[in-house]
Amino acid sequence: MLRKVIDLLTSLKLTIVCLGAAMALIFAGTLAQVHLGIHEAQQRYFQSWTVWWPAEGPGFRIPIFPGGHLIGAVLLINLVAAHAKRFRWAWRKLGIHLTHAGLIIMLAGGLFTDLFAVESHMRLERGDTKNYSEDQRHMELAVIDTTDNDLDQVTAIPESVLKTNRTIDHWSLPFRLVVRNFYQNSRLKMLSEAGTSAQPIANQGPGAMIAVEPAPRTTGVDEHDVTSAAIEIMPNTGGSLGTWLVSDALGAPQTFSCGGRSWMITMRPARYYKPYSVTLQKFTHERYAGTEIPKNFSSRVTLIDPERSVNRDVLIYMNHPLRYRGETFYQAGFQPDDSATILQVVHNPSFIAPYLACVIVAAGLLVQFGYHLVGFSRRQRSALA
Amino acid sequence: MKRFVPLIVLIIAAGWVAGNWLPLKTAKNDFDLAKFGKLPVLVGGRVKPLDTVGRNSLLIIHGKQELQLEGGRSLTAMQWLTDVLFSADVADQYPVFVVQNADVLGLFGWEQSDRKYFSFAEFSPFLKQIDEQGDQSEKLEAVQRSAFQSAILNLRNSLVLYQRLKNSIQPEGGQNFETELEVFKNSVPGAARAASQRQAGESFDKEKLEDVAALMQRYEKLSELAYVLAVPPRDRNDQWRSTGDSLLRSISTGEIHPIVNEYGLIGDAYRAGDPALFNQHVDLAANFFAKEQPTAAKRASFEFLFNFLQPFSQSMALYVLAFLLACFSWLGWSRPLNRSAFYLLLFALAIHTFGLVSRMYLQERPPVTNLYSSAIFIGWGAVIVSLILERIYRDGIGAACAGAIGFITLIIAHHLAGSGDTLEMLQAVLDTNIWLATHVVAITTGYSAMFLAGMLAIIYIVRGVFTRSLKKQTADSLTRMTYGVVCFATLFSFVGTVLGGIWADQSWGRFWGWDPKENGAVLIVLWCAIILHARWGGFIRQRGLMIMAIFGNIVTSFSWFGVNMLGVGLHSYGFMQKAFPWLVGFIISQLVLIAIAAMPLERWRSFRTTDVSPDRPRTSPALSAS
Repeated sequence: MLRKVIDLLTSLKLTIVCLGAAMALIFAGTLAQVHLGIHEAQQRYFQSWTVWWPAEGPGFRIPIFPGGHLIGAVLLINLVAAHAKRFRWAWRKLGIHLTHAGLIIMLAGGLFTDLFAVESHMRLERGDTKNYSEDQRHMELAVIDTTDNDLDQVTAIPESVLKTNRTIDHWSLPFRLVVRNFYQNSRLKMLSEAGTSAQPIANQGPGAMIAVEPAPRTTGVDEHDVTSAAIEIMPNTGGSLGTWLVSDALGAPQTFSCGGRSWMITMRPARYYKPYSVTLQKFTHERYAGTEIPKNFSSRVTLIDPERSVNRDVLIYMNHPLRYRGETFYQAGFQPDDSATILQVVHNPSFIAPYLACVIVAAGLLVQFGYHLVGFSRRQRSALA
Repeated sequence: MKRFVPLIVLIIAAGWVAGNWLPLKTAKNDFDLAKFGKLPVLVGGRVKPLDTVGRNSLLIIHGKQELQLEGGRSLTAMQWLTDVLFSADVADQYPVFVVQNADVLGLFGWEQSDRKYFSFAEFSPFLKQIDEQGDQSEKLEAVQRSAFQSAILNLRNSLVLYQRLKNSIQPEGGQNFETELEVFKNSVPGAARAASQRQAGESFDKEKLEDVAALMQRYEKLSELAYVLAVPPRDRNDQWRSTGDSLLRSISTGEIHPIVNEYGLIGDAYRAGDPALFNQHVDLAANFFAKEQPTAAKRASFEFLFNFLQPFSQSMALYVLAFLLACFSWLGWSRPLNRSAFYLLLFALAIHTFGLVSRMYLQERPPVTNLYSSAIFIGWGAVIVSLILERIYRDGIGAACAGAIGFITLIIAHHLAGSGDTLEMLQAVLDTNIWLATHVVAITTGYSAMFLAGMLAIIYIVRGVFTRSLKKQTADSLTRMTYGVVCFATLFSFVGTVLGGIWADQSWGRFWGWDPKENGAVLIVLWCAIILHARWGGFIRQRGLMIMAIFGNIVTSFSWFGVNMLGVGLHSYGFMQKAFPWLVGFIISQLVLIAIAAMPLERWRSFRTTDVSPDRPRTSPALSAS
């Protein structure tokens, strides 16, 4: 039995099956992007263990195809196992060994990136200074204690917790938060415009005058969901302060008092705070003369890091990101009227893996095919002679 | 005699090309449009000769680079453009606009007939209607538009382009532009004085101000409409301007740019039917550019030559001929035909290379910058590798592949050129020569090799099934070639894909984003890996390899074109819908070939009489791959 399992895991047939499955998956996942958008298709097909049908919904679901993680993992096991079993050093196998060692690094690096890389954005208007970046795809409910004038105490509750938990009880808060409604994506309308049947889901703040309609999730590359929720605040001492509507579409945070302290509550993109700050000095958007074709975008920013006594100006432009303290800032976009720049901030501890893997695999393929070629031309010459 | 056949073929081919390249002599007493066509202008962010503007505009509007008139007369792009620029009322009567959609014709109350070209004059009562319909269609994504909506939008855009062209040098309908300029020049100082008097609250000459105000309005409209920026910068801090814009600036400087003057005189001479005067001022303008803008003038004049030589059309014809010669060589008279094909291919490759390098010089870029140039490069790469194979095996197979792939890729390129300037400026993110030269070149070389492997496989199948010419030796060498080319494709596709990842890491912050084009590239790598492993594992032999190589054609065409048609992702700059039926047709044709290849071997003509079966255990030592 064990022998059979080992034979299977190390077999070339399994390799071919996995490669074929990967092709089918990638093909299907690429076509799915037309309707789902890149992000959603990526989640369903590539960053998953299995592909489900139907993809969403509370009903009965069956796995219909292995997902990207599963195929990648099996391929990785197959690769490592086959080489562990059959590895025999020989110069003429050098190319094959190098190629596959590189592929192992690449697959492992890909998995690592999937697990640990964090992508976020920093949107800066001219003169803005920020010490955090935001993830537009994931919201958080921020509850801020503003009693102290110098220091805000922020308690951030991720979207995923809001989605699954009904009641949130955190040691830093003198009250419980009860999630009355939660909308992954929604449209907000003033009650006066929404028709007579519309009901508000909150009774405090501006939310009492707003109707919330659920909306299908967005699929475009540049769109993102408007996440909304109705949150009831119940002090630990008993009773209820009322229900607030929190939404990405609402501007300023709403305030209330509880336990003798002042609080703010708001739904906002999840923030990643940094030990340094970035200030936008200037954003430039060049076009080719007489056209609207963009020629270059660049942002001149000042980087201030008191911990490391850094205070310098940096130019971030196309194909020239800023790499600082394990994070990389790319020129990703801009406000349509050029009033603000959008920098993509990526933290990817394994970014070096593909570079390394590429060199090793390319060297391996060169050695391997070069070896064939030399042998081939030698035979060819002797055949002609 | 046989020894001289290749030489004779080559000489005939060279003579034919030379015949195409005989310079068009302009009679002394005719308008020298060739010289006029070399004048540099700035359009689409790039300095190019007027000739290119004419050809590309006519291509967009008319679908061809030449205009056929009733009565058998035809106009070159330059003749048409000169009329558009200077005698709009004549040009308005030319049937240039293509409309084939019955619903669009119905909009104007016209019935569909065999006529598909219409003149501007015919559309002029409907301009507002066309504009409104076009606006509505424009709001939709390209994929969502109906045939009517695409057609009306196309017509609208063509009409806009035409209107802008007409107002590029002088306001359309102007009869004596030079006199107008003279008036403008003379009244500018007076008007400037009047303006300052008015500002100071003194009494001023109202009439003087009004004279200029009317002209200024005219030039403001001209500068808004102008498609061509014809006036070169005066100094380093200046930029290319339209004549209207330049004239507006004249108010502060008090003088008119010499090029504006020359264009005025050129136009007047053209309308007056005075070739001598026309040629004289074209000369003066050309001299001005040669002195003040030597680089622009040199490049524009080279581009004019490039347009005239049409290197890709020449090599396209030669490739077809070479392909036919190579195919005939399998039926008999092998050696002379074979060598003729080989020499012809070298000649075609030389012209192809000249075209490729010229484009690189004009654009100052690595060879591949858009879909059009990828087709040119894929053909070029595949021809070179095929010729190397031909050199090694000398059996006509490499030559046939070179001819077929060279021809097909160039014809694809020809059809991709319809959207206008193929030397267009690059979007900001692509503006990096290092990555264009490495990632893009490696990827397209990979495509070349995949198509070559597919072509070799097709030759194997067609010769095996339909002829008796697939001898064991030929079958074995085809197998070796295909295998080698697949190895080559694996290397380049892999390296290209990973380099693309690294570029993405440098500019977008992620190595891999599952973007459709990235996925297409990795599909090729995976397919190559499957072929190689299946072969190394002994799961496939000759025929299996061939079938898989043909399927590689499908994978590659999906990666090259298919993913662009999805219209999603960061690489979708090459979107084109029209090619979709062609892609589907290509894929079906490959599937048919695969089905033919899957027929039992007894049905193959080449194997019916001999007992050499390619699926028997291999005997050739050369075949035993690791």
